[in-house]
Amino acid sequence: MVTTMIAARVSPARVGAVFGRNVGALRSGPAYWLVLLSGFFEPVLYLLSIGVGVGALVGDLQVGDRSLPYAAFVAPAMLAVSAMSGALAETTYNFFFKMKYQKTFEAVLATPVRPFEIAVGELGWAMVRGSLYTGLFLVVMVALGLAAPLWALAAFPATILVGLAFGSIGMAISTLLRGWQDFDLMSTGQFALFLFSGTFSPVGDYPAAMQVLIQLTPLYHAVELVRGIAIGQMAWGLLAHAAYLLAMVVGGLLFAARRLQRTLCE
Amino acid sequence: MSEGLARVCTVSDQPLIYARGLVKRFGDFTAVDGIDLSVAPGEAFGFLGPNGAGKSSTMRMIGCVSMPTSGELRILGMDPVRDGTRIRARLGVCPQLDNLDPDLSVRENLLTYARYFGVPRAEARRRADELLEFVQLADRAGSKVDPLSGGMKRRLTIARAMVNDPDLVLLDEPTTGLDPQARHLLWERLFQLKRRGTTLVLTTHYMDEAEQLCDRLVVMDGGRIVAEGSPRALIETYSTPEVVELRFGDERPADLAGKLAGVGTRIDPLPDRLLVYAADGDAATAEVHRRGLTPSSVLVRRSTLEDVFLHLTGRTLVD
Repeated sequence: MVTTMIAARVSPARVGAVFGRNVGALRSGPAYWLVLLSGFFEPVLYLLSIGVGVGALVGDLQVGDRSLPYAAFVAPAMLAVSAMSGALAETTYNFFFKMKYQKTFEAVLATPVRPFEIAVGELGWAMVRGSLYTGLFLVVMVALGLAAPLWALAAFPATILVGLAFGSIGMAISTLLRGWQDFDLMSTGQFALFLFSGTFSPVGDYPAAMQVLIQLTPLYHAVELVRGIAIGQMAWGLLAHAAYLLAMVVGGLLFAARRLQRTLCE
Repeated sequence: MSEGLARVCTVSDQPLIYARGLVKRFGDFTAVDGIDLSVAPGEAFGFLGPNGAGKSSTMRMIGCVSMPTSGELRILGMDPVRDGTRIRARLGVCPQLDNLDPDLSVRENLLTYARYFGVPRAEARRRADELLEFVQLADRAGSKVDPLSGGMKRRLTIARAMVNDPDLVLLDEPTTGLDPQARHLLWERLFQLKRRGTTLVLTTHYMDEAEQLCDRLVVMDGGRIVAEGSPRALIETYSTPEVVELRFGDERPADLAGKLAGVGTRIDPLPDRLLVYAADGDAATAEVHRRGLTPSSVLVRRSTLEDVFLHLTGRTLVD
C-alpha cells in the first residue's frame, strides 16, 4: 500500500538525474576508476587460492545428487560475494560520504527530487558497479571451465537481484551509521557472512543450530540462488531464496528513504 | 542582460510567501515561535537577526525541506506539505554552508543540478554558460570546486540556485565569511538579479547587507519577529536620525552617563564609548561640551540599521 503510493510518485527523470550525477563524477577524474578496479580482484583471488588451490586437496564435493569439483562449488559463491561487495562498496562508503560529509543529498533535496528517488538512483548506480564485477567474474568462471556459458548467462540476472538486495540494505545501514568507526563493525559482519554462508563448505556440514542461524542471514540465500542456477540445478526452492532477497530490496529502500527524510528534512 | 534570463514581470497581488502563526519546534526547543510573513513578487526581503534567532529554520520551511510544526504556510500559493515537489521546482536555494559537489567540475555542478529540475540538456548547457558568465566564473568552468576561493564558491552556489530560472531565490547568509572584495562583487550580482525582478529572500546579520539589498525586512529574535519595515522606516522608528559616538580617555563611559541625562533621546554606554541618539547630532555635541565634559573624540554619524538591531535584540552575545 505504502509502496505503491510511493512508487506512483517516483519520477524516472529525477531518478535518472541522481544516477547521472555519479556518471558525471566518473567522467571527471581517474580516482574513481581505481576504486572501481580494485573491487573486482578480491573474489577472483579467493577463487584462485581457495577454489583452485585448496580444491586440489579437497577433491570433488557432493551437492544434491551431483558430484562437483570443489572449485565449481566455490565459484558461484564468489560470484554472489562479488555481487554483494560491489553493491555494498557503493551504497555504504560512497553513500555515507555523500550523505554525511559531502552534503550531496542535502543539495539534491532542495530540488524537486525526493528521498525515495535518491535511494533508487543511488541503488541503480550501485548496480552498474556490481554488474561490472559479476559480469567479468562470470567470464572468468566460463574461461576456467567452472560454469557452462548458458548457465552463466542465466545466473547473471540472479546476481543483479543479489546486488539490489545488498545495495538496499547497505543504504539502509548507511543512514544509521554515526561515523567511520562503525564501518569496522560492518566489515566484520560482512566478513562473517563471507566465511559462513555456504561459501566454502556446504551449510549441511554445520551443527543444526548453526544451520538455522545461517539460513536467517542474507548471503546464504544469495549463494544458494546463484549456485543453483550456475550449476544448472534448478529447483522450486530457489524461488524462496529469491523472495528473501526481494524482501531485502523493498524493505531496504523504504527504510533508507525514510531515514534520509528524517535526517535531512528535519 | 541576456534574453534567456530575462523575466516577464507579472503584476500579481498574490504573495509568493504567506505565513500565519508559523511555528517550528525541534523536541522541546522552539526555533520559530509563531511568525507572520508576506512577501510580494519582485520584492527583496530580509531576515535580520542574531545567531539562533530562527532565520535558518524559517528559510528551510520556506524552501520546503522542513515541515512546519504548526501554523499556516503558503509558498507560491501552494501548500508545502502537499506540493513540496512542485514548489521546490520553482525555487532557487543558496544554503548557508556551501554544498557544491566536489566530485564534479564547476560547469558539471550546474548541469547536474539542472537535471534535478528536469531542464533539457541543451537548455541546461546554454543556461550554465550564461550563468557562469553572469557570476564571472566562465574562465573556471572546467576547474574542480575545491580550488575555488570562498567568494567564487558562493557565486557558483548562486549560479546553481538560478539554473532552474526560479520565481523565488532564497539566500541564507550569502556573504558570511567572505572578504570585502568578494562581498561587494556578490552584492553587485544580487543587485542585478533584483533589478531583473527576481524575488529575493535573504537572511543576514550584516546590517550593511540588509540596507544595501532589502526593500523590506523583519528583525527576528528568539524565534519571533520583533520589528518589520523598510530599512529607512526601521531606523526612523527604532532609532534617531543621528548618533553621536563619544570616547573619553580614562573615564568609564558608564560613570559619565548620569551627567548626560536628557541629552538626545537615548544614551547607550558601551565599554569603550558612549552613544548618544539624537535628532541633531551637532546640537547634542554642543550640549555635551556645555555640561563641561571633554570627550577625547567625537563622531557624529547617521543612524544605521545596526543601531536598530542592537537596540531590538540587545547586546548580549548569542551563540
